This record gives sequence, structure tokens and C-alpha cells, in this order.
Amino acid sequence: MTSRPKVLARLLLLATLAYTVAAQATLPLQQWQTARGARVLFVETHDLPMLDVAVDFPAGTSRDTREKSGLAALTLRMLRLGVEDLDEDQIAERLADVGAEIGGRFDVDRAGYGLRSLSSERERDEAVAVLLRVLQRPTFPQPIFDREKERVLAALKESDTKPETIADREFKRLLYADHPYSLRGSGEIDTVARLTREDLVGFYRHHFSATEAVVSIIGDLSREQARAIAEQLTSGLKAAAPLPALPPVPRLAKEQTSWIAHPATQAHILIGQPGIKRLDPDYFPLWVGNYVLGGGGFSSRLNEEIRQKRGFAYSTYSYFNPLAQQGPFQIGLQTKKDQAEEALKVVRDTLAKFVADGPTLQEYEAAKQNIVGGFPLRIDSNRKILEYLSLIGFYRLPPSYLDDFPARIDAVTLAEVKEAWHRRIDPARMATVVVGASAKP
Amino acid sequence: MLDNLARARWAVLLSALFCVVPPGAAASAAERTLANGLKIIVKEDHRSPVAVSMVWYRAGSMDEVSGTTGVAHVLEHMMFKGTQKVPRGEFSRIIARAGGRDNAFTSRDHTTYHQQLHKSKLALALELEADRMENLQFSEEEFAKEMKVIMEERRMRTDDDPHAQLSELMMATVYAVHPYRTPVIGWMNDLENMRLADARDWYKTWYAPNNATLVVCGDVAADDVFRLAEKFFGPIPARTLPPRKPQVEPPQRGVRRINLKAPADQAYLLMAYNVPVLRDVDNDWEPYALSVLGGVLDGSSAARLPRELVRNSRIANSAGSSYDITNRGPGLFFLDGIPAEGRSAAEVETALRDQLRRLVEEGISEDELRRVKAQVIAAQVFARDSVFYQATRIGALDTVGLPHDSADRQVKKLQEVSAGQVREVARKYLVDDNLTVAVLDPQRLATGPRPKAGNGRDE
Repeated sequence: MTSRPKVLARLLLLATLAYTVAAQATLPLQQWQTARGARVLFVETHDLPMLDVAVDFPAGTSRDTREKSGLAALTLRMLRLGVEDLDEDQIAERLADVGAEIGGRFDVDRAGYGLRSLSSERERDEAVAVLLRVLQRPTFPQPIFDREKERVLAALKESDTKPETIADREFKRLLYADHPYSLRGSGEIDTVARLTREDLVGFYRHHFSATEAVVSIIGDLSREQARAIAEQLTSGLKAAAPLPALPPVPRLAKEQTSWIAHPATQAHILIGQPGIKRLDPDYFPLWVGNYVLGGGGFSSRLNEEIRQKRGFAYSTYSYFNPLAQQGPFQIGLQTKKDQAEEALKVVRDTLAKFVADGPTLQEYEAAKQNIVGGFPLRIDSNRKILEYLSLIGFYRLPPSYLDDFPARIDAVTLAEVKEAWHRRIDPARMATVVVGASAKP
Repeated sequence: MLDNLARARWAVLLSALFCVVPPGAAASAAERTLANGLKIIVKEDHRSPVAVSMVWYRAGSMDEVSGTTGVAHVLEHMMFKGTQKVPRGEFSRIIARAGGRDNAFTSRDHTTYHQQLHKSKLALALELEADRMENLQFSEEEFAKEMKVIMEERRMRTDDDPHAQLSELMMATVYAVHPYRTPVIGWMNDLENMRLADARDWYKTWYAPNNATLVVCGDVAADDVFRLAEKFFGPIPARTLPPRKPQVEPPQRGVRRINLKAPADQAYLLMAYNVPVLRDVDNDWEPYALSVLGGVLDGSSAARLPRELVRNSRIANSAGSSYDITNRGPGLFFLDGIPAEGRSAAEVETALRDQLRRLVEEGISEDELRRVKAQVIAAQVFARDSVFYQATRIGALDTVGLPHDSADRQVKKLQEVSAGQVREVARKYLVDDNLTVAVLDPQRLATGPRPKAGNGRDE
């Protein structure tokens, strides 16, 4: 292996120090399109003899319909369980023989496969050869489809007994009503039971197209090698019509609370609203504020009020999950049943006070110090950088997103934080779910 | 803390990953011991300007005594309650303002405190960690609140999780004598009756430099770390540690069976065999063979259990195995499975035993052996992508008394495992007299709400 500049180190130095001065170097992120129109993002780093590849498509939960909820996830799951010239055992064996790992990547907006392999030629070529078959030549064998459907249904039945599952699905229903963001990735028992092999074939054909693909690559390979891999992985993908944009999410019209009985010892409490989009102008001020409210671990206000002062819960948090459309703003905790109402009141009071007054100057400064100073920890491994590449590619963030990140956080003013929270989060119109309460109070 | 199941998963990772290093791949770590007995291990990794600092205390739940189970973990929580210099909650606030993250975990074997920060902030972490090694304050008020938090943690991790309950019951059945029989979080009644003095006694007994190892990994120079460690930890006096009683578990003589009724939809089967763990890196061979055996059964989706039980025979919806090659205490080889629709836990047990019988009667193929070895080598390279993980491996090896730099030798030993040895350990250890079987008997919710389509959650 040749000795190359330490890419990670360079990147991080830039991130932690250079944001106060004019940026001199740029992120060693390379971007291009394949012949078929797939977007490629690549970082070359030879520190370790390995590579990571991710290929993502707009084929996550949000592309499901209510009638066929669970179709997206089951389609993705089936891709590696049979291709034109290999059965599922052969796929597994060929990867294992070279120590490579592939795995499904699935969330609300995205679906795809990730690959991690040694970068030596034999291992790398074999792993890529298997991945390209999985992406381009799946056969969805009927008996395997029947089997996997059964397994998914069993997992759903088990999951549906759990208070956290019951809370999550009710929370999504309150936040998103008829929007696809209300759907559960794994689907529902009655909808999955009705899915057919033809449904999967159709979903695959419409969603796994070259023009929609985002290929992220990091590791021990040259730009030419990365280019060749990206071409291989996308050249055999079908063409498809562009997908329609997802509908926007309406704001909640009123406060709503669901109380659901459950025999567990703890009540599960979720509170929230539809939050923000990935490219939202309020993204950074809301982030800084959320660190103070419930994102900053031990230091957050929710943790102080719920855990440190009262011993109500082991863990409590708040977060935004920015998506193509408004992903959730969510607060959560679990607490012994008989104190659920009291804990809920503390959370509501904490949120209301925070939205009304915003963070103190000291809290605001501590938040920025942590987010900016902690930036190196967000990108200190190939795995973490790969996730940023995928994010930048999929949501079409500016290529300088990582370079700009610390400066963007640093530029957020206290007034902007207060103003953004005031405008975006309305404590009088929250959706609340309590699962495990003995009865509605 | 890690509960048993999480621990088992973690153990799989560890046993899969830390045994093998491609020859000449990674720089070795530097080690030094201060006059007061504190051991320091530094692994340089200059890919990113970050550092991970960990203090490992050789005191976990296996060092607890009856009536105060859970106290190791209680003390872990109390370690964030402040010293004279650093008030309650300030430790984490200071680390956070420096851009860092901090946390801790307790296991059966050890208690570990860790920080991840920019390399320029390492001294801060060491100074704070040294301070609370010696100067922790104990307030009745803070203790009372923290016990409530810990009981919530137990409810969350164990009492409301049927698989965790089964795992807890399994350990209490496998071990009649050895302290691995008690859960890391502690029995609820012990938590309810825990006193501040119990936590203070624990601290005064075990929190000493001569019972700790500092592991630093990242973009640092070993000599700088040694200097900083001497400055901050050097003045802390060593303490006489109590003798550790071996509490050896007598041999098991006959299969043990347990049932647990809990709210769930599906049955779950957990089987555990008593097996040896690694004590002598150069002269042991059985633990390496058991490790390879684990890879053959469940090392990847090409392995036997997912292929035979889940995909081919359709007896189980999931099936797996796990084996932790390094423990301070005795070892277990686990098998588990969830029956497919219309199948029973008994049928899954029969199928798993059938797989073991085939191992003993037919052995494994050279292809399988080669595949497992290829995977461990690759996994070892992949493990180096995480600085935190590297520090964890070093600390875990050191805590169980194995050389932290023995990875290369372990690789070599693992590559030397033969198909015959794998068959031999299966024949010797995976037998009924050595087995405990635990079955979760699912109690379906009487009026379980099963909401309509579309109200669900995403992954």
C-alpha cells in the first residue's frame, strides 16, 4: 500500500480549526454521474485495506401505500435471496468465502444495499460481482417469497405485543394521518399477508432505476477503480419513470392524546409534532436548540428534570429526524406506570418553558461548543463518512456540506434559536401517546 | 450496563473479531505501569485527530456478594454524582463543552468509564477520571434518586423484556455457586434494599489504581499519555485489595430444564452448554476450536443454523449460536431459536441437537473451515475502522487477564484449528449432562390492541 495523505485527518483538521478562517482545502469528496445517470460520491483513503460501498434508492417506507404497507421492505429483503445465476445459499457462501458483508439499508425515504469488503483484488471483485447481481438481477423465487412473508408476519405478531411498538405506531398515526410517513416499514399483518410476488417485481421495476440510484464509496481504491465499480453496479439497472415527489405534511390542527392500556410495568410516553425537512432553513437553529432541550445526553434539560431531579426514567430524549418531507420531532421516555402522568406533566412544562424562553446564553454556548468541538467524532471512521456521503447524495445537499457544517453551527445566533423554536414547535398542539397507563385519567 | 442478551451479542462480536490479526497489520500497543499499580495501555491510531480514553476497573457483578447484587452497577451510576472539585452533573457537562462524549458500562467482569474527544482535550478527561477515582462524594439524597433511575433501568431492560427475563433465569439455573448466577443489574429486591453504605463500601474496596487499567487509543503519542497519566493518577495511593475467592462451579451432572411464562406471541428456546474459555493464549486449543465451531454454526448467513433451520427445513424463524471466548469466569456455548409458525420450541430443540449430532458424527468440511477463517481475518481488518472498538478490545482482553498484545498469536492459533479439533470439542462439551434448556412459554395478551393498517413505525 502506498502512503497517502491522511484523508480523515485532513478532513478533520479542516473541520475543527479552519472554520474560523477562510477554508483553504476542500473536502476530498469526489462526485460524478455514471453513464446511466446515477450519482456517485467517493472518498479515497488508503489507511486500511478495505472499502465500503452503499447503493441507495428512493424506495423506503414512504414509497409504500396503505393497502400494500410493507412492500418496500419485503422487496429489499428479497433482492439477496435469489438472482439469475445464484440461489440464496450460493450468494451467502460467495460473500462469506471472501469475508465480505452485504446488508440491507432501509429507512423512511431510502432503501438499498451496503457492502464492506477487503480491498485486495480477488476479494473486492468477488464481493462487487455478488452485489451487482443482487441489485440488477433478482428473481424473487416464489417459495422463498412465501417463506420470508411468513417470517415477517411472525415478527410483526411478536412486535405488536410490545408497548414500544404500540406507542410508535399510534404516534405516527397521530402525526401523519394519511401521509405515507404514517406507515410502518415492516408493514401490517393484514397488508403483508396480501402481498404477492408480482407486487414485489413491480415495486422493484419502478424504484430501483439507474437514474434514481446514489452510489457512495469510501476506502482503499483509486478514482478509476471507484468509477469502474460505480459503472458496474448501475449499468444493468433498468430505466424507469421519475418518481413523484412526496406530498408535504400538514401541521397538526390540535392537541391530541392517546391512552392505551398495556400490562408492562412501565408506561411508554411519546410526544411530538411533524418536524423538519432535510433541506429546511431552520435546520441548524433547531438543532442547536434541541441539544439544549433533549439532544445533549446527560446535559440536557429533559434529562435534568426527568432523571437527575426526580429519578423518573433511565433515559429521556428529544430529536428531529429530518427527511425528504417533515420528519418527526419526538420526545420520549419510559417510566413506572403509577408516575406516568406526573412525568408527562414535567415533560410538557419543560417543553413549554423552553419554547417560550429559549435556551439561556450559557446553554446556547455550551451547545455550540459541543456540536462544533465534537464534529471530529462524527466523521472519525470510514463507516461514518459513508453515511454522510449517502446523505449528501440522496438529499442533494451541497458537496461542501461537511466542510461547512461547523461554520453553519457556529453562525447560529441565540435569537435565531429562540425564533425558530417559537415558530416551528407549538406546545399547545402536540401529539401525545401513553402506552401502559392503567386507564385514561 | 449491558444486560445478558446485549452482552451475548457483544460477546459474539468480540469473539468473532478479536482473535485474528493479519500478520503485520496493526501497530502494537505500548504499556506501562505506575508505581501505584495503575496499568496504562496506549494504542496509537493517527487516522483522525480523536482520542478515546477508558478506565477499566476489575470489579463487576461477579465480585458482588449475596444481598447487594447490582452494587457494581449502582456505583457506576454514582460515579457521575460529583466530587468536591466537580459538582454533580459537571463531569459530563465539562466533557460535552469540550466537544466530547462520555458514558460508562458495567458487566459481569468489569466496570468501564469512557470519553471520546478531540485529541487536544485528552488531558481534561484524564484529570476528571483521576479525580473521581479518589474523591467521589456520597449524598443520601442523590443516592435515593439514582436508585429510582436504576430500578427504571431494570424494568426497561429486563422486567418488560421476556427474552431478557429468560436469559436471567438461565444464568441463575446454570450456576448454583459461581456469581455469574446473578444479573448485572441486580435482583429487584436487592435494589429496593440497597443502602448508600453498600455503594460506598464497593468504591472503597475496588476503586484503586492497582485495580484499574487506563486504555487510550487514537491520535496520541504514547509517551505523552504516560506523562499525563503519571501527573493525574500518579499521586493516588494504592490500596490493599481483598482476596478474590474462586467460587468454582461444581461439574454439572445432567440436563436442567426451565420454563418461563411471559407476555409474548412466540416461544423462544435458549440452550447453554458449559465450555472452557481462553486462559493460556499459547497452550490452549479448545477455546479456539469452539470459536471456529461457532463460526460454522452461525458465523454468517452461509452458516449451518440459518441455512438448515431457517431456510431449508423451515423449522425456525431464527436460529443462532454464541460463544464468548474470554471471560473472567466460566464459559458457555449458547444456541437459540424461535420456532416457525406451527412449530414448537421442542421441535427447534430437536433440530438444534440434530445439528450438533451431525457435527460429531460427520465433522465439518474443509470449505466451511476455510470460510470461517476468511471471515475472521476480514473482520479483524474491519474492526480497525473504529477507534472506540479497538480500545474496548484492548481493555476487555486485559481485564480477563490475557495479554492485550496477544492478538497476533491468537490469529495464528485460530488458523491452526483443524476440522478434527472442531469435531472433538463438539463431542466433548456439547452433551446433555452439560446442558441447560430454557423455554419461553408465551402468554398472549388477552385484549392486545392490534391497531389497523398504517399506524405503524418505521425501522
